[in-house]
Amino acid sequence: MLKARASARRRAYIILMHVLMGAAAVLTCALVLFMIGYILGNGIPNITWEMLSTAPSYLANRVGILPDILSTLYIVIATLLIVLPLGVGAAIYLNEYAANKKLVSAIEYASETLSGIPSIIYGLVGMLIFCKNGTSLLAGALTLTIMNLPTIMRTTQESLKTVPQSYREGAFGLGAGKWRTIRTVVLPSCVDGVVTGCILSVGRILGESAALLFTAGSAHMLYGFWEGLHNAGATLTVALYFYAKESSDTGLVFAIAAILMLLTMLINLAAALVGSYFRRKQQ
Amino acid sequence: MAQKKKIWEAVIHGMFLVLGLITVGCVLLITVYLVISGIPAIRKIGLGAFLTGKVWESTAAQPHYGILPFILTSVYGTAGAIVLGVPIGFLTAVYLSKVAPKGVKRALNSAVSLLAGIPSVVYGLVGMLVLVPAIRKIFHLPDGASLLAAILVLAVMILPSIIKVSVTALDAVPKEYEDASLALGATPIETYFRVSVPAAKSGIAAAVVLGVGRAIGEAMAVMMVSGNAPNMPSLFESVRFLTTAVASEMSYSSGLQRQALFSIALVLYLFIMLINAALNFFLKRNKEGD
Repeated sequence: MLKARASARRRAYIILMHVLMGAAAVLTCALVLFMIGYILGNGIPNITWEMLSTAPSYLANRVGILPDILSTLYIVIATLLIVLPLGVGAAIYLNEYAANKKLVSAIEYASETLSGIPSIIYGLVGMLIFCKNGTSLLAGALTLTIMNLPTIMRTTQESLKTVPQSYREGAFGLGAGKWRTIRTVVLPSCVDGVVTGCILSVGRILGESAALLFTAGSAHMLYGFWEGLHNAGATLTVALYFYAKESSDTGLVFAIAAILMLLTMLINLAAALVGSYFRRKQQ
Repeated sequence: MAQKKKIWEAVIHGMFLVLGLITVGCVLLITVYLVISGIPAIRKIGLGAFLTGKVWESTAAQPHYGILPFILTSVYGTAGAIVLGVPIGFLTAVYLSKVAPKGVKRALNSAVSLLAGIPSVVYGLVGMLVLVPAIRKIFHLPDGASLLAAILVLAVMILPSIIKVSVTALDAVPKEYEDASLALGATPIETYFRVSVPAAKSGIAAAVVLGVGRAIGEAMAVMMVSGNAPNMPSLFESVRFLTTAVASEMSYSSGLQRQALFSIALVLYLFIMLINAALNFFLKRNKEGD
């Protein structure tokens, strides 16, 4: 009798946990599917070629988002150009040079701290430091550089750790100096980490808005790359924020959201493909 | 020749040292800037009046700068998001790590990654267009932009962090523990929840703390759904968070009002530093396998 009751309770517990777990997993999936369906369903029909290829104009009464697309592109390129040497260099220092354990843990703690700071604080500090002459895409890119430094550092460091020690010893044995060893043996073997870091950073830059609001500004003007860097410009996310708050044109807002969603999916796909490609190569 | 090479190597070493120290420099720079620009307003307003004042009227003729409503809103909002998000995230993580068949696992994993990658303004937009009207209709409110809407959006936004960190911790539980439990007659489900989960508790705690950090730092999505009135927090009223207090007035602020905004950022930064320390504590304990 007692035994039967205990086993009934056990069975109830098992069924309950099964149901709860299934419900949570289904809910998570449903959320993702709803977000994709809602945004793409409402957005894709509103994307037109005219919208993608023109600047907004009150005179012609049209809302183009080409300047926002270009601003996003410029900021991605500028940020990666600045952050790559810094992040890869820092990772090389940590993995190849640093001998002082305290220093290493200080650097790693700093990098963890950086990745925990909310983007609105980056925006504020970026505004204080980089925007002495007003907002510009370059100021935005510099702010995002600090934000993405930990990402590049971490992925590069992880792949540096997988380079076998014997490679380095081989190079030293052949008479190469430390720098030459790093340049010709270590660096080429950590390409996968750098590429993964780049993809993650691009995803983060695409989605960033709070850090750019006060550093990169909110203009919608068409510029070339260099000219654009010195002028204010709204990225797609910032443009989406302002249009959602101020404009009654929900079609435009959904179109931008759909473009952002598609780009996010593309980035995720790229990250997965690159990840599995490098894993296969390693084996 | 050897001398020259030695100098060259030393120069390179020095260069990498500088690069390595950049992160430390950045953290110091951010801290120093926030402290320097945040302190003046606190000194003018008074620390007590600033932190415990219940009224924020920065543009009034007799301005009041009390940020208690923002602090409490941030705390309540984060707590609400954790209460909703952690159980769902935790259960999904156990399913994902222990139960899910391979195909489902892959699909669910990429769904979670996508959820993590969606820009916060897109979450804000969906919240603004779907959640806010729904709340208005269901609860018969004049306006649906409220703390409840913010909590719901935040709960969804912290899900991926919670799931990912918990899955990593659960995956790392030694197979022997589970085998021993199964051999003693426990069913798989009992094993997962009574052996694997307790073994991964530090990692799961880290996931919760990470979720707290994400929720308290989120600005844009919350700004789009919470209404932004500086009320004391209440579930169905328009509220303002620490993050949105900074963001919503920055563009037109000046003088003491602007300085007070920097002080709010400093308070937020202190919160984040505390959360970071807690996160580090749990992660370290997880690594030691305690």
